Amino acid sequence: MKERLVVIGNGMASLRFLERLTERAPGAYDVTVVGAEPQAAYNRVLLSSLLGGEVDEAACAFRGLDWYEAHGIRLITGAPVTQVDRENALVMVGETHVLPFDKLVLAVGSLPIRLPKPGMDLPGIITFRDLADVAAIRKAAVTGAKAIVIGGGLLGLEAAVGLARLGVDTTLLHVMDRLMERQLDHHAAGLVKRAMESRGVRVLLKADTAHVEGDGRVERLVLSDGTVLPADLVVMSVGVRPNAVLAQGAGLDVGRGIKVDDRMTSSDPRIFALGECAEHRGMVYGLVEPAYEQAEVLSRHLVGEEAAYPGTSLATSLKVSGLPVFSAGLIEAPEGAETIVMSDPGLGLYRKLIVGDGRLLGAVFVGDIAEQGWCKTLIRTGEPIADHRDDLMFGRVHAPDSQSLAA
Amino acid sequence: MNAHVQAPAAAVKTTCPYCGVGCGVLATPDGFGGAGIAGDSEHPANFGRLCSKGSALGETLSLDSRLLHPSVDGVRASWESALGTVAGGLRKVAEQHGPDAIAFYLSGQLLTEDYYVANKLAKGFLGTPHVDTNSRLCMSSAVAAHRRAFGSDTVPGCYEDLDEADVIVLVGSNTAWCHPILFRRMVDARAKRGTKLVVIDPRRTQTGEEADLFLGLKPGTDTALFSGLLVHLASAGALDYRFVLDHTTGFEGALERARSIAPDIAATAAATGLSDADVGAFFALFTRTKRVVTAFSQGVNQSAQGTDKGNAIINCHLATGRIGKTGAGPFSLTGQPNAMGGREVGGLANMLAAHMHFAPEEVDRVRRFWSAPRIITGEGMKAVALFEAVERGKIKALWVMGTNPVVSMPRADAIREAIKGLDLYVVSEAVADSDTAMATGRKTVLLPAQAWGEKDGTVTNSERRISRQRSFLKAPGEARADWAIISDVAKRLGHGEAFAYPNAAAIFREHASLSAFENNGTRDFDIGAVSDISDAAYAGAKPLQWPLTKRGARDGKQRLFADGQFFTFDKRARFVAVQPPALAQAVSEDFPFVLNTGRVRDHWHTMTRTGKSQRLSAHRDVPFVEIHPDDAAAMGVTHGGLATVSTAHGTTVLEVMVSGGMRRGDLFAAFHWSGATASEGRVGALARGIPDPVSGQPELKATPAAIAPAVYRSRGFLLTRDQRSLPAGWWWARATIQGGSGLHFATQESSREVALMLRGMFQGLEIAEYADHARGRYRFAAYDGDRLVACLALAPSEAKPGWESEKAYFAADDLEPSARRALLSGRAETASAGPTVCACHGVGLDVIAATIAAGAHSVEAVGVACKAGTNCGSCIPEIRKLLPQALARDAA
Repeated sequence: MKERLVVIGNGMASLRFLERLTERAPGAYDVTVVGAEPQAAYNRVLLSSLLGGEVDEAACAFRGLDWYEAHGIRLITGAPVTQVDRENALVMVGETHVLPFDKLVLAVGSLPIRLPKPGMDLPGIITFRDLADVAAIRKAAVTGAKAIVIGGGLLGLEAAVGLARLGVDTTLLHVMDRLMERQLDHHAAGLVKRAMESRGVRVLLKADTAHVEGDGRVERLVLSDGTVLPADLVVMSVGVRPNAVLAQGAGLDVGRGIKVDDRMTSSDPRIFALGECAEHRGMVYGLVEPAYEQAEVLSRHLVGEEAAYPGTSLATSLKVSGLPVFSAGLIEAPEGAETIVMSDPGLGLYRKLIVGDGRLLGAVFVGDIAEQGWCKTLIRTGEPIADHRDDLMFGRVHAPDSQSLAA
Repeated sequence: MNAHVQAPAAAVKTTCPYCGVGCGVLATPDGFGGAGIAGDSEHPANFGRLCSKGSALGETLSLDSRLLHPSVDGVRASWESALGTVAGGLRKVAEQHGPDAIAFYLSGQLLTEDYYVANKLAKGFLGTPHVDTNSRLCMSSAVAAHRRAFGSDTVPGCYEDLDEADVIVLVGSNTAWCHPILFRRMVDARAKRGTKLVVIDPRRTQTGEEADLFLGLKPGTDTALFSGLLVHLASAGALDYRFVLDHTTGFEGALERARSIAPDIAATAAATGLSDADVGAFFALFTRTKRVVTAFSQGVNQSAQGTDKGNAIINCHLATGRIGKTGAGPFSLTGQPNAMGGREVGGLANMLAAHMHFAPEEVDRVRRFWSAPRIITGEGMKAVALFEAVERGKIKALWVMGTNPVVSMPRADAIREAIKGLDLYVVSEAVADSDTAMATGRKTVLLPAQAWGEKDGTVTNSERRISRQRSFLKAPGEARADWAIISDVAKRLGHGEAFAYPNAAAIFREHASLSAFENNGTRDFDIGAVSDISDAAYAGAKPLQWPLTKRGARDGKQRLFADGQFFTFDKRARFVAVQPPALAQAVSEDFPFVLNTGRVRDHWHTMTRTGKSQRLSAHRDVPFVEIHPDDAAAMGVTHGGLATVSTAHGTTVLEVMVSGGMRRGDLFAAFHWSGATASEGRVGALARGIPDPVSGQPELKATPAAIAPAVYRSRGFLLTRDQRSLPAGWWWARATIQGGSGLHFATQESSREVALMLRGMFQGLEIAEYADHARGRYRFAAYDGDRLVACLALAPSEAKPGWESEKAYFAADDLEPSARRALLSGRAETASAGPTVCACHGVGLDVIAATIAAGAHSVEAVGVACKAGTNCGSCIPEIRKLLPQALARDAA
C-alpha cells in the first residue's frame, strides 16, 4: 500500500509542492490535500490586481479540479483542519473528515494581524489576504466611499492602489517614516510613495492608529496625534504571522513559525512544513519565492533525493502596482562600505549598490530591475565586482563600442 | 533671451563686423530681435560667401549682457548726467594736468565716422595726441612698412590678385581660419589655374596643412628668409632693373644688408631652421613666377621686428617690380573690419588725419580745415606706451571705445591694475560684462554704444574698399551711436559748431572733403569724389574702392604703383635695409619656451560677440595651449590635461593640445578668453609685448614662457540654462551652447562636496544624480518638469568626461527616458555627433567620419552627404585630414 501523504493548506506553496512531487514521482503517494478556502489554490499575488479590476477571478486560477484528479490527488476545499493527532497520525477536519497520514505537510500559510486597538472588530474593517477579503472589500468600495488602508508594506500598497483604481478615495497609513522600510531605503521608499500618489493614493507616514469609531460600523479612524479620518472602509494590512496554531496544538516545536530543518522536517520526522508557516534557521518568509524553493526541496526529499534548503537570500523583487522594485542584501552601507547611487525621480528610477571590499553587499533598485538576478548572484557568491560597477548601475551594454563613463 | 523688439523687414545690405576681408552681408530682421544672415552675392569681397563667424552673426544679436544704460561709478545715470561727468572730468584733467593727460583708446570695430569724430575731438579740440587704437596690436607694422616703402599707407593690390596669382605666399597668416573667404578664393585659384600656395609659419596651421610648400621656420626669422630671397633674386638675375633704377632708391644698401643676414640658401636655411631643399624650392618658385602675391598678417605684424619683416617682404616685390600688377604684389591682410578706416581718418597716435602726419604744412592744413586752434603738432603715445603712461599716472583720463584692452593688451593684468589709478575712466561699449567694462577707475563712466546691426556708417576692408555697415535693428535701451556720444561731449566742452553733425553721412562728407583738401595727388588717400555725396546716395552707396578722386574714375582704382609713382617726395619707393632677425626676449632656464599667441577659427577677439553663438563656441570650447608631442612628454603634460603656462608677466591655466604641427620649443595659445569666459585664460596677460621700434606694435608671438602640469582632483562640466558662476579656486571656461551656457571645470573638491554644492545651487528643482564617490564620479541633472535645466558630470581628472552628447540633450526641450538615463550614466544612448568640425552646419567629427566610412571619399562627397564644409569651407582642411587618403598618408 502506498504511503498516505496529507497536505494541509492549498495555497501557492502547497500547489507548487504537489506539482513538483507528482512530476518527480507520479503516484508515489496517496495524496490528500485539505484547503480551508472554498477554491483550489489560486495566485494570491494577483489579489491586488483583482481588487483593482485589472484581472478577473479566472485569471487568478492555477490548476483546475481536473488536474488534481488526473494526478490522483484528493482535494478537499472549504475544510479548515481543526486538529492534528500525532499519536494516531490523524488529521481532523471538524466533524466532517478524519484523515490518517503516514506523512504530513503543513502548508497553512500565515494569518493577517489585526491591530490590537479599540474598534478593530467593527464591521467594515477588513483584512486583505484572500479572495473572500477581496470580495468583501469590493463590496464596500462603492462610489464615493472613503477607504483607509493601514500598513505600508507591499500588500497594503497594493490594496491601496487597487482601491484607488476602483475610484475610491483612498488613504494609506503607515506607522513608520517610510514605506516598505525593511526592503527599501528612504530614497527608494520615496519613489514608491510618489508612485502611489501618482496612482491616486494619499499616503500618510508616521501615522499611528489610535482607534476606530463608528455606530455599528466603522465611520472614522483616529490617529494618535488626534487626527480624525472619516472612513467607510478600513483595510488592515499590518503584517502577518505564521499560522502555527495546529502545530502548536500538536505539540510540535514552534517558534515564530513551525520550526523545520533543511529538509523542511519539523520536530516530528513524519511532519513537514513549508511556506509562510515555516520557520527555517530562525527565518520566517512572507514571499512566494522562498516558499517555492522550499516546495522544491521538500518534493525532492519526499521522493528520496538528496536535497537541502539553505535559506533564501534576502531579496525582494516585486512590482508595486507596475513599479518594479528590487532589494537584496543590505539596504544601508555599514561602516567602511561604499554606496553607489543613481537616481532620477522623474523617471521613477533608482539604483543603489552597497559595496564593501570590492564585493556587492546589497542592492536596491526601483523602476528598472533588469540586473536583479545578477545582483543576487554577486551578493551570494561574493565575487569581486570591480569590472561590473558601471554595468550593475547602468545596465549591461551589449554594443562593443559603447562608451564607459571614463571615456 | 533678451531681444530687440522690431517688426520684420526686408533684407538690408551691410558688412560683416569681423575680419578685414569685409564681406557683404544680407541681414533680414526676423521681427523677434534676430535676423536671417546671408552672404551678399553682389559684394566684390565675398560674392555671397560667408565664413563660420559671418554665418553665425544672427546668433550674436541677443541683448544678453548688453550695456543698455549709462552709468557713473556703477550707478545708472541719465545721458545728461553721464555726458556731463565725462565732459567735466576731461575739462578738469586738462586744466590740472594739461590736455596730454587725456588719452583715447579706439578700436578697429568703430565705424569710420565714429573714428573720425573721436580723432578730431582729441587731436583738434582737446589737444591731446594720445589717440591710439587696438589696430596698433593688429597691423601697425604693416602700416609702418608701407609708409617706409611707399611713402604712404597704401595696400597696392586687391583681392582679384589672389584669383590671378600663380604663387601665393602666406607669411604669418592662418588665412584658412582668420580670413576664410579670402582663403577660399586662393583655393579656388589653385583649382582654376594651379596656383601654388606657400605657407610660412612656425606652426603648421590648417593653412599650412593645405600648402603646396610649407615652411615651418623658427619664430621671428621671416626677415632672414626674405633677405635670403632678395639675395637669391639678385644672384639669379630675376630683378626688374628698370623698375629698381627708375622708381626706387636704397636697393644696394638693402641688398648688402640682406647678404649679411642670409648670403645664400644654406645660410638662410641655417638662420630659419628650414631645410636647404625647402628654402631652395621656395626661392626657385618665387624666382620663376611673375604673378606672386605675398600676403602677410599677424605673424609678421605682431613682432618686435614687425616693420622690418614687412619691408623684407616688400623689398622682394620692389626688386622684381611685382607690385600693383595683376596677380602680383605684397598684400597686408588686415585683422579688423575697419582697421583700414581707422588708418584713413588718422586714428592712430603717429598719424594726424586723412593719411597726413605731422609735417608743419600738414598740421597747418588740418588746423585750417577743422578750424581747430588747439591742434596737436606731433605724435602721441602708441598703445603700449599709452598704457604704460596710465600705469605711471601720466595719463589721468582714459576713454576706451569699443574694445577690450584689459584682455587683449600684452601685460593685461598690469593694465587692469593701472586703470584703477585713473581720475576718469570712460568706456563706450556695447557689452556690459567685458573685462574692460568691469574695470574701474577713480571715476568710471560707462556709455552704452550701438552694436553691429544698429549702427550706421562705413568700414574699409583690406583692399581699400569702403562699404556701408547699415542699421537693421532698433538700438536697444539707451544705446547711441559713438559719433553722437563723442559729439555731445564735444558740445559740452564748447565745440558745438565743429561737431554739429546731423547724421553719419555729414561726417563722411567732411572726412571725404578732408581727404581731398589740398591733395592734388600728393596723398594716396583721396575720396574727394564722394565729398558731396547726398544723404540718399550715402544711404544706398555701393562698395567703393579708393583712391576715388574728383577727377578720377567713379569706381576707384584697383591697384596702385604699377606706374612706379609712389607718395614719397621724390616719387620713388624705398628699399629698407632691415635688421638681422632676433627675438626681443631670449628664452631662459625659467622660461624655456617661446609662447606664440593667436586666434581660433570660430572666435573673434575677446568673444564678446562670437561667445554668444553656440555654433561658434563648439569648435574650441576651452582656452588651450598647443605643444609639440616631445615637449609635452618632457614637461609631463598630457593631451586634454591642464597646464600652467606662465611668463614673467602672468599666469594662465590652459588645456593642453598636443600637436605635431608645433615646433619643438614653441607654445601656442589663443587670446580670446577673458575673465568673463575663463578663470585663468587671459593669454594677453602672458605677453610682454615689447614694441617694434618703428611701428610701436607689440610682440605677441614670442614671449619666453614656462609650462607645467596643473593638477586638479577632478574635471567636469556644468550645463545650465542661465549663466552660473563656480566658486573661487575652481578652474573653468565658459562656452555658449544651444539652449544655455556650458562650463568646463576642474576642481580640488571631492565629488561629495560638489554634490552638496550642486544640490544647493538647484534647490527646488527635481534632481537626478549618479554618485560613485569612492571613485570620485558624480553626475547630476536638474529638471523642471520634463525640461532639463542643468546637468553636470565630474570625474577624476584623468577620466575627464566629454560633453558632446550632453550638449545635444541640453538642446532638446524634453528628454526621452532613454536620454535621461544616458545623461546620468554618461554612456551613449545612440551615437553622438562627436566634436563639432563644421560650425556652419553643426556637423560633428563622428558624423563626418561615419559619412566617410560610408563611402564619401572626397571633401565634395562629404559635403553632399552631410553638408559639412559646404558653407564657409573653413573646416575643409579638417575634413580632408579625415579622408582615407590622408589617414593612409599619416599612417605611412
